[in-house]
Amino acid sequence: MSERDRIVIVGGGIAGQAVAEALRERDPDVAITLICGEDALPYDRIRLSEILVDGSDAATLALRPEEWFADHDVEVLLGRWVEGGDLDAGTLTLDGAEELTFDKLVLATGSQPLLPPIPGIGLPGVHPFRDPADCEAIRQSATTATHAAVIGGGLLGLEAARGIAAQGCDVTVIHLVDRLMERQLDPVSAAMLEPSLADLNIKVRLESATQAITGGDRARGLAFKDGSSMEADLVVVSIGIRPEKTLANTLGLATNRGIVVADSMRTSHERVWSVGECAEHAGMVYGLVAPILEQARVAADTLLDRSAAYTGSILSAKLKVAGIDLVTVGEADGDTSAVVSDAASRTYRKLSVRDGRAVGAILLGDVRGAEALMAAVRAAEEVTDPLDALAAASAAGPADLPDEAQICNCNGVCKGDLVAAVEVDGCTTPREVMSRTRAGTGCGSCKPAVIDIVAMATGGLNDEPAYLCACRKQTREELADQIRTQGLQSVSEVSQCCGTGRDCGACKPALAYLVSEVNDNRHREERHARYINDRVHANIQKDGTFSVVPKMRGGVTTPSELRRIADVAEKYEIPLVKVTGGQRIDLLGVSKEDLPKVWRDLDMPSGFAYAKAVRTVKTCVGEQHCRFGLGDSMGFGVEIEKAWEGLHTPAKVKAGVSGCPRNCAEATIKDIGIVAVEGGWQVRIGGAAGASVREADILDTVETKAEAMRLSTTFLQYYRENADYKERTYDFVPRIGLDEIKRIVTDAQIGAALRERFRLAKAATTDPWLERDDPYHPRQFTDLDQQSEDDGPPTPVVVGPPEEARR
Amino acid sequence: MTFACREDDVPPGEGRNITIEGRRIALFRTDTGWYAVDAVCPHKGGPLADGIVCDHAVTCPLHDRSFDLRTGEGPGEDRIGTYAVEVRAGEVYVAVGVPAASPVAA
Repeated sequence: MSERDRIVIVGGGIAGQAVAEALRERDPDVAITLICGEDALPYDRIRLSEILVDGSDAATLALRPEEWFADHDVEVLLGRWVEGGDLDAGTLTLDGAEELTFDKLVLATGSQPLLPPIPGIGLPGVHPFRDPADCEAIRQSATTATHAAVIGGGLLGLEAARGIAAQGCDVTVIHLVDRLMERQLDPVSAAMLEPSLADLNIKVRLESATQAITGGDRARGLAFKDGSSMEADLVVVSIGIRPEKTLANTLGLATNRGIVVADSMRTSHERVWSVGECAEHAGMVYGLVAPILEQARVAADTLLDRSAAYTGSILSAKLKVAGIDLVTVGEADGDTSAVVSDAASRTYRKLSVRDGRAVGAILLGDVRGAEALMAAVRAAEEVTDPLDALAAASAAGPADLPDEAQICNCNGVCKGDLVAAVEVDGCTTPREVMSRTRAGTGCGSCKPAVIDIVAMATGGLNDEPAYLCACRKQTREELADQIRTQGLQSVSEVSQCCGTGRDCGACKPALAYLVSEVNDNRHREERHARYINDRVHANIQKDGTFSVVPKMRGGVTTPSELRRIADVAEKYEIPLVKVTGGQRIDLLGVSKEDLPKVWRDLDMPSGFAYAKAVRTVKTCVGEQHCRFGLGDSMGFGVEIEKAWEGLHTPAKVKAGVSGCPRNCAEATIKDIGIVAVEGGWQVRIGGAAGASVREADILDTVETKAEAMRLSTTFLQYYRENADYKERTYDFVPRIGLDEIKRIVTDAQIGAALRERFRLAKAATTDPWLERDDPYHPRQFTDLDQQSEDDGPPTPVVVGPPEEARR
Repeated sequence: MTFACREDDVPPGEGRNITIEGRRIALFRTDTGWYAVDAVCPHKGGPLADGIVCDHAVTCPLHDRSFDLRTGEGPGEDRIGTYAVEVRAGEVYVAVGVPAASPVAA
């Protein structure tokens, strides 16, 4: 097609976005316009249930950041509505007035939730489960509702029920036929699913046709066809989709259940294509993401006059409900099948074969070999002994999979693509591979498999940072998800629920941080999971004694504090008193049992010099005293330290505020540095002056202290939530990329959400040195032959007579 | 066997030191039972009782060397001594000079 031909895509969902991406990959020149009816960029609808479970911000679902569209020369029209047009002339009418011309048009108008035409369907308290607004409404209601009903026991209905149950609300799934997920499951596996749902407080009511939603002014119950009824003050409807074909009809295109398309994805008009949930191909309308992406790739080819044909999709599904592993592909039954089942452990594995070829698999409770079985079904592989094939699949590692085995079903990424990302494109970590191939960025359930394959392709090198700990093959993100969705509050619970069977001395503190961070510091503290420094709030030295650094915000102190420090140093015969690089006073060589007494006599709060936390804000005197000063760096540094102190971070955070670019506080080599400049404040991040020196990157220059505080606080929280444990900002900032960090911390919605979580976490901090009067255990600071702090009787140390020794 | 402490004297999941018959011993109270080992890390003398305990092993707080609490095995040739522990009626007893056979149920 000639240069700068214009392809207009109507519909800002996964399908529209996929067509735009597939077009741009194939042709750098064609003009692409994406028209979105909503005021938001395309987002990932599949992950809606996550929002329902944990209430996170809808903005986190964006498929691509705003810059992507500029970088890839895709014009986006947000909040615009296409009312009609003239297909032969190549024009569309937008919002009643404006005309837009096109050479080729793609309708990706998606679908509407299907709502049964029963009395009461419009009552308050009845919600579809379709977009972030529905999620928010359901989540809100679930916190006050006494009993919820989900009409529809398909994949999405079960995920909705799980989201509601996670809010602590009673929930019953109402299903029309005699088994759940009847399109994917056979009767045995469907029955086996029910006790697992019961464990999650989800009740199931089968063979129930809802005749009406009752209640008068709002939903209060359901009436069934058999005359029975139940109470329900929250009703979620998830019985399927209705292809959105209003525009197609207005434009005069052939429609049936959906917009009718040929194998080329072209509609009845030669200039118009259709892709996604609105399209009907060979009598089928697909509501899952994988077929939609296959259609988008075919459409992109044929739009660019390349030959390609869509021949239908073999459907696969993964249930994204924490605690239930379920993967299905293809048909639930064949003419022969092999089943390995154990009712006690609720596992069920089935491979169905028809005419000697694999046509379907169901894996419940034990999903080993899912990728291999999916590949076999997709390729309709010949199977002579299904039982053998099932057993072989469960033993298959990443190396055994064929290159065509699809690993990420959301984005259609095969093992070969992942290996090529490593071998051809030079990616070295799972993160890089995921960002390049998009694998793992849909529902995320394939991440462990992606990590395994990348580890295999890289020879196991360089992928360690992706795991929380080398001994457990779980990433920080996976564990954080589990903590959120299952509401885990302590390290022991995490070890139990997301266990790999073992932890190590490095996992426990990392998990302790993660549990505290995800729970905004409202977790259940377990000191045995903390380093000794965090058990006794002091820094262990090479001889086993500790160093004590009292709080001295901004390095500013008073004569009376200095006098107390001097008295304490003499009273406890502290061997060394030293001024630190962070402008604090360090008392070194204090024994553990003296710590509470030293703190009491100092009567100053903890300086956090021992923790992975915000340590110090170093300042110069600034404009109050310095003749070069441009800003009140000392006052601002004290203010920042107050705002951030007490917060734990993935690794220590050192900050600095300089009053002018002469930079006496060395702010340009701090994790977070602020420098007063003419007319404002420069905010820098990711600096270091350790084994290697890194100049901090400029995040932004802002006019007021308030703005500088807001920006740097937003970054601090983003770092708290996203860095790997022990990853300093000087590694974190280059890993994420300065541009991406800028985008995130300056985004109004994301930024506000980060600051809100920061506020919650900060509100739950205390001065740990107060444990001098309120220890977590009488022997927090003492050994067994020392007197414990609570003035209880000393433990008698009885050295037994030799005859008492046994064996 | 020598009385060392009451069960409650050691916080769950942690270790504490005690001297028994002139020997400095670190006593650990874990999910899988009580363990008694030499108190000092053979590497650079770190206090093992201050280490993190996990999966039958303690990690020294100074340089992250890990030792098996059941066998005393550490990295390379490093070994620490292990001692039998017994819990009777809420009281913990250690037998110095008797190597641990198996951990005692908590």
